[in-house]
Amino acid sequence: MASVSLRNVHKKFGPVTVLESIDLEIADGEFVVLVGPSGCGKSTLLRSIAGLESINGGEIRIGDRQINHVAPKDRDIAMVFQSYALYPHMDVRQNMAFSLNLRKSPAELIAERVTAASAKLGLGSLLERLPKQLSGGQRQRVAMGRAIVRNPKVFLFDEPLSNLDAKLRSTMRTEIKALHQSLKTTAIYVTHDQVEAMTMANRIVVMHDGIIQQVGPPLELYDRPINIFVAGFIGSPTMNFFDAVSAGKSARLGDGSALALPASAAVKAGQEIVIGIRPEHLHFSREGLPGTVVVVEPLGMSTQVTLDAAGERVTLMALERPKLAPGEAKYLSAKPEDIHVFDRASGLRLN
Amino acid sequence: MPGQSLFQRIAGQIGLYGAIACYVVFALLPIYWTIKISVTPQDLLYSEGIRLWPSRMTLDNYASVLKASDFPRYFLNSIIVSVTTAIIVTAVASFAGYALSRFKFRGKALVSLVLLLTQTFPLVMVIPPIYRIMGQLGLTDNLYGLIIIYTAFNIAFATFLMQSFLDGVPKDLEEAAMIDGCTRLDALRRVILPLTLPGMGATVAFVFTAAWSELLFGLMLINSESQKTFSVGLLTFVGKFAVDWGQMMAASVLALIPVCLFFLFLQRYLVTGLTAGAVKG
Repeated sequence: MASVSLRNVHKKFGPVTVLESIDLEIADGEFVVLVGPSGCGKSTLLRSIAGLESINGGEIRIGDRQINHVAPKDRDIAMVFQSYALYPHMDVRQNMAFSLNLRKSPAELIAERVTAASAKLGLGSLLERLPKQLSGGQRQRVAMGRAIVRNPKVFLFDEPLSNLDAKLRSTMRTEIKALHQSLKTTAIYVTHDQVEAMTMANRIVVMHDGIIQQVGPPLELYDRPINIFVAGFIGSPTMNFFDAVSAGKSARLGDGSALALPASAAVKAGQEIVIGIRPEHLHFSREGLPGTVVVVEPLGMSTQVTLDAAGERVTLMALERPKLAPGEAKYLSAKPEDIHVFDRASGLRLN
Repeated sequence: MPGQSLFQRIAGQIGLYGAIACYVVFALLPIYWTIKISVTPQDLLYSEGIRLWPSRMTLDNYASVLKASDFPRYFLNSIIVSVTTAIIVTAVASFAGYALSRFKFRGKALVSLVLLLTQTFPLVMVIPPIYRIMGQLGLTDNLYGLIIIYTAFNIAFATFLMQSFLDGVPKDLEEAAMIDGCTRLDALRRVILPLTLPGMGATVAFVFTAAWSELLFGLMLINSESQKTFSVGLLTFVGKFAVDWGQMMAASVLALIPVCLFFLFLQRYLVTGLTAGAVKG
C-alpha cells in the first residue's frame, strides 16, 4: 500500500498535448476515479502511472519512490484491463499465479494466495478452466483475482466494467467497492461512466482535454461543480443550462422571463451568465418559467419529463407522478439556492 | 434454407459436392498420374499410354532411384536446405513481424514498402547480379548459398504473414504480462509466441514448401552432383536422347513424401493458422 503523487505531469503524442500539468495527490488506501469523455487523457494518465506510456515532463511517485523511469514490472502495481487481457493459453489458476511465478515466489505461498483470492471472488470451482470457457463476468473476476494475488501497492483499473451488460456491471461495481473496503489498497480507476465514478470513488477527478477540471468527493462535485463542463458531465440526467443576462438579484432568460439568483452569486448587472439547474431541482408551479411538455417517461420511482422552455430542451425529474400530456403548457420554478450560476465566457462557477 | 423444397435442397447439395469433386479430381489427377507412371514397367509405358492403371505393376523404378542414382543425396540436400531455411526465416520473420506490428519507428512505412518491392521483381531479372555476387563470395555450388538466397527471398512475405498473425494478438496481453513482471522479451516468449504458434506453423510450412520445390536458383548456383537438391536432381533423368519417365516419377513421388508428412504434422496448427490469417487479411 502506498500513496501516489503526480507532479506537473506532461505528455505529448507528437504535436498533440494529451496531458497538461497534471498535479494529483492520492492518499494511501484511497479509491480515486478518473472520469471524463473519451479522449480526455484519463487512460493515458493511468497508463503513464503503470509505465506503459512514458511522460514528457513532471514526476510520478509511488510511496516515496520516483518511478518515472522504472519498468512496469518493477513498479509494484497491478492493472485490470477493459479487455481483461487474460492469457488465453493458461487456465485460471495459471493466470492468477503468473506474476508470482515470475517472481519465483515459493509454491506454498502461491497456492495459498491463489486459493484465498479465488475464494474471495467465488472462482474456486473454475481454477482448471481456460479463459474461453468462462463467461464475461467470470473473466472479469479472474482479472481481478490476478491483480489481488500480487498484493500490490496500487491497483489500476482501466474501464474494467465497460464490456459487461448493465446488470452485471452494477453487481461488479458493488463487488469492486466491497473488495477495496476489505483490502484497503490504493486504487485508481478510469471510467467514462459518471455513475461508476459517483458510486465507487472516495474522490473523483474530472478530466477534459488533458487537464484536470476538478478533484473532490462525489457529492461535492455534484453539489458545487467548479465549471460548466463538470456540471454537465456529472449527474444523470444532465443538468439543464440556460443562457441568461444578470440583472442584479435575478437573471433574465432568453424568452424574457426572470429567475431569482442565489444570494451567494457574485455577478455584476448586465453580465452574461449561464444558469444551471439539476432536473430534480426543477418543479412545476403556478408561475415562473413557461414550458411545453414534449415527452413523459415514467421510471417507476420517478418520472422524467422533457419540456421546451426558454429556447432549450429541459429535463425535469419529478418524484410524484404528474398527470401530463405532450403539448401541455406548464410553469417551472427552482429554489434560488438550487441554482448554479456560471460565467458564460470563462465557464467558471460564480456562486 | 427456408422456402426451398426438399428436392431443391438435395439438388443444391448434389451440385455443391459435384463441384467440389470436380475440383478435387482436377487437383489430384497429376499426382495420381505421377504415381501411376512410377509403378508402370518401362515396356508398358507407351503401349498402355492412357490406361488408368497399368496391367502389370513394378517397383523397379523405385529400386533404381534409391540404389542406382544419387537421389538419396539430393533428397538429403533438399531436407537440409528447406528445414534450415524454414527455421531461419520463421525466426527472423517473427521478430520482424513483431516490430512492424507493435512499434512505431522512423522509416517504418519505408521498410514495409521495400519489403513489398522485393516481391515485385521477376526472378529472372535478379539472377545475373545474384550469380556474380554469390560467385565472388564463394557461395556458388554449395548449400549455404542456396539457404541464404531462399532465406532472402522468403523473408518479406513471411514477415507480412507473421505481422498479420501478431496483429491478431491483443496488445493488452503483453502489457498485462509486462505489469505482471515480464520484460518485453519475456512477454514475447511466454505470452505472445505461444499464441502465434498457428501463425508460425503456417509460416514454416509456407517457407519449407517454397524452398523444397525451388528449381531456378538451384539450377543456376549448383553444379556438382554432391550439392544438388532433388528438384535439380530430377533433371538428371532427362537424358540427351530420352527421358526416363518411370524413374523420374518414382523420384517425384518420393519427394512428395516429406512434404506430406510435414503438412500432416503441422495440420492442427495450419487449419487455425490459415483461417486466422485469412480473416485478418
